[in-house]
Amino acid sequence: MNSWRTSCILKRPAGLCLLLALLTVLAALAGICAGSVPLSLRDVAETLRGRQTDTAAYRIVLYTRLPRVLAGLLAGAALAASGALLQAVLANSLASPGVIGVNAGAGLLVSLSCALFPASAWTVPLAAFLGAALGVLLVLSISEAAGASRISLALTGVAVSSVFSAGIDAVVTFFPDALNGYSDFRVGGLSGVTLPRLVPAAWVIGIALPAALSLAAQLDVLSLGSETAQSLGLPVRRTRVLLLLLAAALAGAAVGVSGLLGFVGLIAPQAVRRLQNGGGAFQLLASALGGALLLTLCDLLSRTLFSPYELPVGVVMSLLGGPFFIWLLYRQRGGRTHA
Amino acid sequence: MLELQEMSAGYRATAVVSGVSLRFVPGRILVLAGPNGCGKSTLLRTALGLQPRLGGRILLDGVELSALSPRQIAQRAAFMAQSRSVPNITAGRLVLHGRFPYLSYPRRYQKRDRETARRALEWVGGAGLADRPLTELSGGQRQKIYLAMALAQDTETILMDEPTTFLDVRHQLEVMALARKLAEEGRAVGIVLHDLCLALRYADRIALLHGGGLLDYGPPEALYERGLLEKAFGVSLGRVRTEDGVQYYYRPLSGRGIISEDKVRK
Repeated sequence: MNSWRTSCILKRPAGLCLLLALLTVLAALAGICAGSVPLSLRDVAETLRGRQTDTAAYRIVLYTRLPRVLAGLLAGAALAASGALLQAVLANSLASPGVIGVNAGAGLLVSLSCALFPASAWTVPLAAFLGAALGVLLVLSISEAAGASRISLALTGVAVSSVFSAGIDAVVTFFPDALNGYSDFRVGGLSGVTLPRLVPAAWVIGIALPAALSLAAQLDVLSLGSETAQSLGLPVRRTRVLLLLLAAALAGAAVGVSGLLGFVGLIAPQAVRRLQNGGGAFQLLASALGGALLLTLCDLLSRTLFSPYELPVGVVMSLLGGPFFIWLLYRQRGGRTHA
Repeated sequence: MLELQEMSAGYRATAVVSGVSLRFVPGRILVLAGPNGCGKSTLLRTALGLQPRLGGRILLDGVELSALSPRQIAQRAAFMAQSRSVPNITAGRLVLHGRFPYLSYPRRYQKRDRETARRALEWVGGAGLADRPLTELSGGQRQKIYLAMALAQDTETILMDEPTTFLDVRHQLEVMALARKLAEEGRAVGIVLHDLCLALRYADRIALLHGGGLLDYGPPEALYERGLLEKAFGVSLGRVRTEDGVQYYYRPLSGRGIISEDKVRK
């Protein structure tokens, strides 16, 4: 159908993952080298080996570029994997972390923390993670009580999100100063990330992502519909809740690092699906790699396009991602797909 | 063998069908027929424990169903659901998931599983479709892939919930021919159909569900002759002998053989 689609490396699941991994590494290297002070690959290599610790290059790499690139890789991979899990579990190609209350919960607690502790820098990621967890647990437990069907989950997500958004608006009305911190968080960005701030998120993602990959067969079977899944001996409700919790942990950890960049969670799995649609662990891995690549590239652009000024990465993501997504949809026009 | 004894099925406390006794015998196609809402799909799902039963006994290979885990049930009986979800997955991988009940965590498929899946796909005539995403296949091809998945599950009993709905006539006949082939291999095949003519033509036994219970049971000829099918469906049936065997047809509602509503209800 499409020439780039039929090329053989993309057709093989492992091939696509390999290609994406290679591109991600290249993007990460470019992300470390490029910036307002360009560094050569050699500088970076020397620095990473720890030979010269007193140079400007060392400080730039260790305190600015490396945390930032790692944050982009982690948050991008986690959000995309979370989106891929949600799209499969809810059988809805429009599902993204926002659907299960991640964004609303994180937003509410972040706006509250900005109102109550305006000076504290580290409360934002903590509040984001806790809020994301709170939002998800609320949505999950309400929909569980209502029958745990896909529809009840999506509807509960909408209801809880609107209540939380009202809460955010109320907080911002009573504490107008909270808006400053909150709007940064809402747009999403990777500036000001430090290595210590990444550690908790890295732990959560480092556990949740392999766990999700190991459940790829269950994820596939669940996406066949609950009747078929049940008839294959899969405990449907338990598996669905487990996978949703993993998706929530991934999204919550990422949101704590990068703010609300939920669009990655929608677009990366969808883009990967248009290259390859085979299911299984490779599909999930390819989505995660695609998300890491996308966010790293967008962050690179956000720093370099109007250097020395910097756009928030969320803005670049939406400005480039939106049209890219529309182009993908346009490319598949006339193809025989129901996705 | 799957055996229902005085089984009742329905939603919450309301029985849709009750007191049904049936046996799904290996080597035979048993068609569950009846008008819309008679509970045939409910009966089929309940028979495999996919929804809770309201009463009676279900025996699978002589063991009470509730004593078996979902995985053990899945190793003994396969189920083709009516809902046609189109997951994002290749045909080959879908068939491979028929082996799912035989694996434990982390559920990595082995060479033997791949071989079984490949043979199942070949058996339904879909060998060339293995690498194609399900989203690119036609409804008829997809149904064959789902059938291959049930086959890869390697069970004695295979139940299908309206496998021919939404298919064009050629694919309907193909699915029924495959069902016949399954029975000839010694499997017990249970099919919910609402196409009466298809049921009469392909079934070894028909269980006619109507009015909350089993109205009639037997070989198609006997059912036709007893006339209860006409009563249940509210239509008039005809039969002709042709070069291709006995064929059944509906008479038009305004035709001369019409049974009036009161006559149907008598």
